[in-house]
Amino acid sequence: MANAKEIRTQIKSIKNTQKITKAMEMVAASKMRKAQDRMAASRPYAEKMRNVIGHLADASSDFTHPYLAGGEDVKKVGIIVVATDRGLCGGLNINLFRKTLQFMQEQEKAGVEVELSVIGRKAGSFFRGVKANIVASKENLGDTPHLVDIIGAVKVMLDSFDNGDIDRLYMANNSFVNTMTQSPDVKQVLPVVPVTDEELPQHWDYLYEPAPAELLDGVLKRYVESQVYQAAVDNVACEMAARMVAMKAASDNAGNLIEDLQLVYNKARQAAITTELTEIVAGAAAV
Amino acid sequence: MSTIQVDIVSAEGEIFSGTAEMAICPAIQGDVGVTPKHTPLLTKLRAGEVRVQNGGKDQETIFVTGGILEIQPNQVTVLADTAMRADDIDEAAAQEAKQRAEEAVANQQSNAEVGTAQAELAIAIARLRVLESYRKRKGAR
Repeated sequence: MANAKEIRTQIKSIKNTQKITKAMEMVAASKMRKAQDRMAASRPYAEKMRNVIGHLADASSDFTHPYLAGGEDVKKVGIIVVATDRGLCGGLNINLFRKTLQFMQEQEKAGVEVELSVIGRKAGSFFRGVKANIVASKENLGDTPHLVDIIGAVKVMLDSFDNGDIDRLYMANNSFVNTMTQSPDVKQVLPVVPVTDEELPQHWDYLYEPAPAELLDGVLKRYVESQVYQAAVDNVACEMAARMVAMKAASDNAGNLIEDLQLVYNKARQAAITTELTEIVAGAAAV
Repeated sequence: MSTIQVDIVSAEGEIFSGTAEMAICPAIQGDVGVTPKHTPLLTKLRAGEVRVQNGGKDQETIFVTGGILEIQPNQVTVLADTAMRADDIDEAAAQEAKQRAEEAVANQQSNAEVGTAQAELAIAIARLRVLESYRKRKGAR
């Protein structure tokens, strides 16, 4: 049986760890509330944007923008991966990466090349580790992502789409369902998937002011940026929620460990006392 | 009278969602008044005011700094860059912003800087104009 002193130091070190995880849990909880507010505030914009662009893809226009059509003959695809900068948030990142890797393997099996634009340090180090083709990366977004920080990583992808280097653009990100659940997903961003609204007639088109070419360019760029921005904002809320849950589990686990060790310690102490007593009694009997 | 669904959102949140008999929006090539069964239209917005009208009166006046306007026969969607209700415009702050923008325009050297400064000035002026016309209408009522 381990001696009492050893167990005591072990208990102490677990208690220290528990203090840290408890503090992290509380920090994550308060940050999550703020991140959730931010997410809720910017969600309507991203949703309306998606609606409008869906309508736009459904419209039978004379002018076809490359972002709205094509993508049938696919040789190469781009994926924007949005993950966290910091770890200690449970399986959040690894679930997303596994899903992305699976998607990449499917593409490669079909003879399609894949290139990545990664947002978040964890995504960078993971995909560098698996030797993926990374063309752009952005790290250290912080807890309040700003559009300007993201634009660079998005622009690289849009440029290669414009040049015809990639034929499709996907985005891999976690979406926030609730505190306990975050679901990883790979979605197609470009070309835009049309939304068929049943109330709309079969053949219709917008009036465009000014000319469609100029207008659509601006609108579609803004659409992609807004989707990636929303993903980044969602991701922060996911990160905080996942960390809170992971740290709560860690604190609880530490509590259980301490309880078990305390029992072992008590037994060891009791055993030591008993041995000492027997020795004294035996000694007294000998005299 | 028939009504049309109006949704006004900005990157910071949802500003207005409801029905209206008419919505007047500052499109880039002139103001458009949207009534139900309007033909589909997609356009950019300039800085100005979106007026949501019910019963021939302004129900909401919202200042936008620009963005995108989508019109479907049964729905108007305003995707504003930034938006605020006319009631929430702080006149002193708006004046100050205008002054700052004017100084910036006067002091800038490079073309790019002049461009951004002028854009800011245009927004500041539009904000004050919206406030003024909003107050006038309110007083007349």
